Parts: sequence; structure tokens; C-alpha cells
Amino acid sequence: MDLYEYQGKQYFARFGIPTSPGGVADTVDEAVAQADAAGYPVVIKAQVKVGGRGKAGGVKLAADADEARLHAGNILGLDIKGHVVRRLWVEHASDIAKEYYASFTLDRPNKTHLGMLSAEGGVEIEEVAVTNPDAIAMLHINPIDGLDEETARSWVDRADLDPEARAQAATLLVRLYHCYVEGDCDLAEINPLILTPEGKVHALDAKVTLDENASYRHPEWEEFAADDADVDVREKMAKEKGLNYIGLSGSVGIIANGAGLAMSTLDVVTQAGGEAANFLDIGGGANADVMAAALEVINADPAVRAIFVNIFGGITRVDEVAKGIIEAMGRVKLNSPVVMRLDGTNAVEGRKLLADHLSDRLIAEPTMLDAARHAVALAKA
Amino acid sequence: MSIFVDETTTVVIQGISPTSQGLFHGLRNKAYGTKVVGGTNPKRGGEVIEGIPVYSSMAEAVKDTGATASFISVPPRGAADAIIEAAEAGIAFIVCITEGIPAQDEALAYNRLVREYPGTRLLGPNCPGIISPGKCNIGITSGDIALAGGPVGIVSRSGTLTYQALHELSQQGIGQTTCVGIGGDPVPGTNFIDCLAAFEADPETKAVMMIGEIGGSEEERAAAFIADSMTKPVAAYVAGVTAPPGRKMGHAGAIISGSQGTAQAKMEALSAAGVFVTKNPTECGEKMVAIVRGLG
Repeated sequence: MDLYEYQGKQYFARFGIPTSPGGVADTVDEAVAQADAAGYPVVIKAQVKVGGRGKAGGVKLAADADEARLHAGNILGLDIKGHVVRRLWVEHASDIAKEYYASFTLDRPNKTHLGMLSAEGGVEIEEVAVTNPDAIAMLHINPIDGLDEETARSWVDRADLDPEARAQAATLLVRLYHCYVEGDCDLAEINPLILTPEGKVHALDAKVTLDENASYRHPEWEEFAADDADVDVREKMAKEKGLNYIGLSGSVGIIANGAGLAMSTLDVVTQAGGEAANFLDIGGGANADVMAAALEVINADPAVRAIFVNIFGGITRVDEVAKGIIEAMGRVKLNSPVVMRLDGTNAVEGRKLLADHLSDRLIAEPTMLDAARHAVALAKA
Repeated sequence: MSIFVDETTTVVIQGISPTSQGLFHGLRNKAYGTKVVGGTNPKRGGEVIEGIPVYSSMAEAVKDTGATASFISVPPRGAADAIIEAAEAGIAFIVCITEGIPAQDEALAYNRLVREYPGTRLLGPNCPGIISPGKCNIGITSGDIALAGGPVGIVSRSGTLTYQALHELSQQGIGQTTCVGIGGDPVPGTNFIDCLAAFEADPETKAVMMIGEIGGSEEERAAAFIADSMTKPVAAYVAGVTAPPGRKMGHAGAIISGSQGTAQAKMEALSAAGVFVTKNPTECGEKMVAIVRGLG
């Protein structure tokens, strides 16, 4: 789960990572009140889960209440790459002497944690990574060993941060590491991490991705999830039904069991000249309830013209899946025809069960490729 | 021959109870012919469940049965501890199918195995398991779709595509030496290269079928290994050419991954390494069948 900047800053605060004073606002009046409280000048920042908001006009400096009112009004409702701004973060504007970059994430090839620190932070950090990779000091951390102050100090030296920033930065990095590990983050990133002219180091932005597998030990994450308005309505519906769904822009609705098979289904639909409307993995247990829920979600998408159900039975027997489909079809009135490919354990029994129910609205094909071609043809008809 | 598990492998089911996933799958594995010699449950030591003797710890189970492998399907919050318990007890091969283990726990457990228990191999987590057809099946793969006798080794990151791969070969009468599902988690205990190296060393494996997925750089690393160290033919399919681009993880993801991780990049890397790269699992199966028939 990606956090909004304001949520990331709240999360940082739990681990003692300094940020600028500020608050959230959902209306222009609230924004002005937050600005008054933070003290002018203030920065008004759109809260969206997408990069490039500054260039899109979603971050503005305001010297007084009138300017705060003007900018807040302009930013609220702004569409930034398909994300409509519904909430603002208003904070006291910091004077910036230097911008650094700091992050912790998992280095999958190395199977260790990876810290990245650079004295050349800011919006062009990815550019820096390409043109001057030596400007990013990498630190591999074995999770058994963790990160201590001493290692952090030698790391900030190696990254060549300004001398007056080093002690504070080392302390902050150890805290950020704790936030990353104990806070179960997939990513904890600060860009920019700033040094002020007064010699203070603090986080001016927060990019945090939480590992949802760890949510059972973080009841405090519930408020983050509750605040999440920034999602596709189809995805929200699927999530409520416990389905693994990603909305796409095509006309062939996809239901498959297993993420790999679902991805593969997208591939064959594309190879057959069509375009998938979604990715939907119903997982191992394809019973009637799960199948009905999946069909409901896909049926709610007006762009869908045909539905491709691609099931390979392993532990889940195909005859059970077939029963699920028949029952689900009785419960959900579908707007589009369904093309099925059922294979694997008890496929023969499953196909036999479906034989009496087949029509021009429920079609069975023997292979994945045949089914893809048929579904694409129907979607284009 | 086969890799990692065979007819001599003896398995303990960790976390066994009359209603556990472990028992359900363990009994299926046993019915397939796998030597399931015991189970563990701290509260049920001394019981016998469905003919399987239960021990209160892995240490006791190993002491009494001499088991060489273990099977873990316990819920995520207990899985990392179960892995370490098995390693401490001296288990050489751990299969963990548990899905949803926090990445921090997984990374810590993996690094503990490497540093403290170098003699232990972990398969998974979040994988379908391993089957050496006719000899041993640990995990959730349906034994019916596998065919004994080789000569193909299969290694796959995806569960259902692992079944698809087995099915494509078996229905053409082409058998498998071993089929390994390495799983798609961020820190897999066993990776493509481990399996490719073992298949290369196994005299009965004549060709390898590899199923990859978008994300990470394991396929790219496998490609480098194949170019340098493999003499046996490899056919591959990488799922996700048309998958939605994954959510970008801040700048950090872009900085460390570059162009790696896309299906296109993976297919190009594999192709450059001399791998037969195919567009879908069916084509991959057909290619593998043609390769095997060509070997005579």
C-alpha cells in the first residue's frame, strides 16, 4: 500500500524522523486555517499517489492567506495524470541550503536491504543515477546485522554530505532504517532530505510503501487504508470482494486462477489481436462464491464486450469450478458472452457438467489460444 | 535421476492438525508415494493423525525419524520461525508454500539460513512445491498431471503456469525428471540458477523448460548463467508481456532496476543467451516437445 505524502510524514513522525510542521486540508477554508497555523510562507501540496505533481501545478508557495486561498482553490480538483486532487498538505515553507536523497528498499538480487544516499537529491535524482551513478552511495545491509550509528556515520561521509549535516543525517538514517524494518515498509524514501541555512536536517517529502503482508501486526495502518479515496472504482469493488484485480482499458474481461496464468491470459488475448479489460486472479479456490464475485466485478465494467474464463485445475478440481460457474451464471445476469477454457484435474468431468449449459452466451474452447481467439472475436463483433 | 528430492526423501509436515492445510496436502503427497514420516505440533506431540506420528518439535521429529525434508504450509505469522526451526533441526530441504509472509521476515529468515545453516536449502516461500514424478511430491502440485521418466526438467516462478507446463509435456507423452516451483516472492530460497545448475548436473535431464514472470531480475541473471554454464537446451516463456506496468516504487525502484524487470527485457536477455523463447505456455510446451524429439 502506497501512502500519501501526509500519511508518510505521520508515519515518519512515529519513528522520530523530523518533518516540517503542517497539516491536511480538504477544503479551501481548511487550507487557509492550516496555513495560518503553520506560519507563512507555506507550501501547499496536492496529495496524490503519482509522481510529477510539481510540474503539473500541484505544489505552490503562498506568502500570505490570500495566496493560500488562491492556490488551494486551484489545486483542489486538479487532475494530475488521472488522479483528482481531493486533499492538500499545507506546511511551513523551509529555506533550503541543500537537497539530499535517502531511501531504504529491498535489493532483490542481493537478498539484503539496500540503503541509497546522495548529496545530489531533488527532482532529478533518477537522472543523477544514470549520468553520475557514483553520486549515489549504496549501502547493503544484512537484515541480521541492521544499521548502527557508526556505519551510518561512515555512510554519510562516503556520500559526501555537507559536514554540518552529517551527524544529524546519520541519526535520521538510523531512524529511517527502523521505520523501514519495524514499520514493515517495502520502501521508505525521502526526496528531498534537506539541510536548512540554520543547519537543520529534515524530511521535506515522504514516499512510503507498506508491505500489506504485515498488516496483521499493524492495526494502526487501518486509518491509512480508510483514507484511500484515490483508487479505480472497479478495483475498490474487487478489493471489497477479496479479489486480486487491476483495471485496464480493453474490452475482454479476464478471469484466471493464479497470477502467472492471469498474466499469460493477458498475453494470449493480445496475441489474438484483442485487449484485456482487466487482470483478475481468483486464486486457488474457484468456488461458486468466488466465481460469482469475479463475474460481478467484470460485469460492472461497461467497456467489457466478452469474458474469458481461463482455469487450470490443480488442487482445485475443474468439476468444482464448473459447478461454480453454473451457479454463478444463475446468480449474475451477464451483459457479455463468456468463453471458457477449463483444463487440469478432472477437466473431463467438468466439461461434461457444463455441456448442457452451453449456448452462444456460454462457450467452451479446448485450449487457451482457441478461447482467446474466440473471446477477441466476440469482443470485436 | 531427479534433483533435490527423490524416492529416498523423507518428509515431516510442520504444523499438523486434523484441520490443517499441511495435513490435507501432506496426505495427498503421501498418497502419491512420498515418504511422509511425521508431523509436528507443539500441542499434539505423541498423537497419531491419519497414520502420521506427531512430534512436538522438529528436533524430536528429526531425531526419531531421520527425516531429510520438511513441508511448511502454516499461516504467514508463523512461517519464518518454522523455517528456522527446521534448519536448526538439521533438515536439508525445506518446502514452504505459505503465501503472504512479510518481506522483512522473509529477508531475515533467508539471510539466517545462508549464514547459520548453509547445509539447508529452502524452496519458496509462496511456491507450489516440487515433484520428481513417480518418486516424491512435496507441495500442492497435482501428481496426475506429471509423467515419470524424464527427460525434461521444469523450473517455474508461477504456480498455475507450473501445472500448465507439466500438462503441456505430459499430454504429448514427454516426462519430467523434476518440476520445481520456485515461487514469486521477493526473496526466494531457491532461484532459477540453483535449479538450472542442478538440472545441468543431472545426467537424466536432457532439456529444461523455464517459466518466468515480470518483475525482479532473476530471469536476466538466469540468462547470464545459461550463456556461461549450460550445455543443455532451454525453452522459456515469460508471463506478463502485456501485463499492466507495476506501480513504480518511488525513485528507488527506478534507480536500482533500470530497464530490467519487463517481460521484454527478460525475453531479450534469454534469447541472447541461446534460449528458445516462446510467446505463450502452449508454444513453450510444443517447442520443448520438438527439442526432446530432436534429441532422439
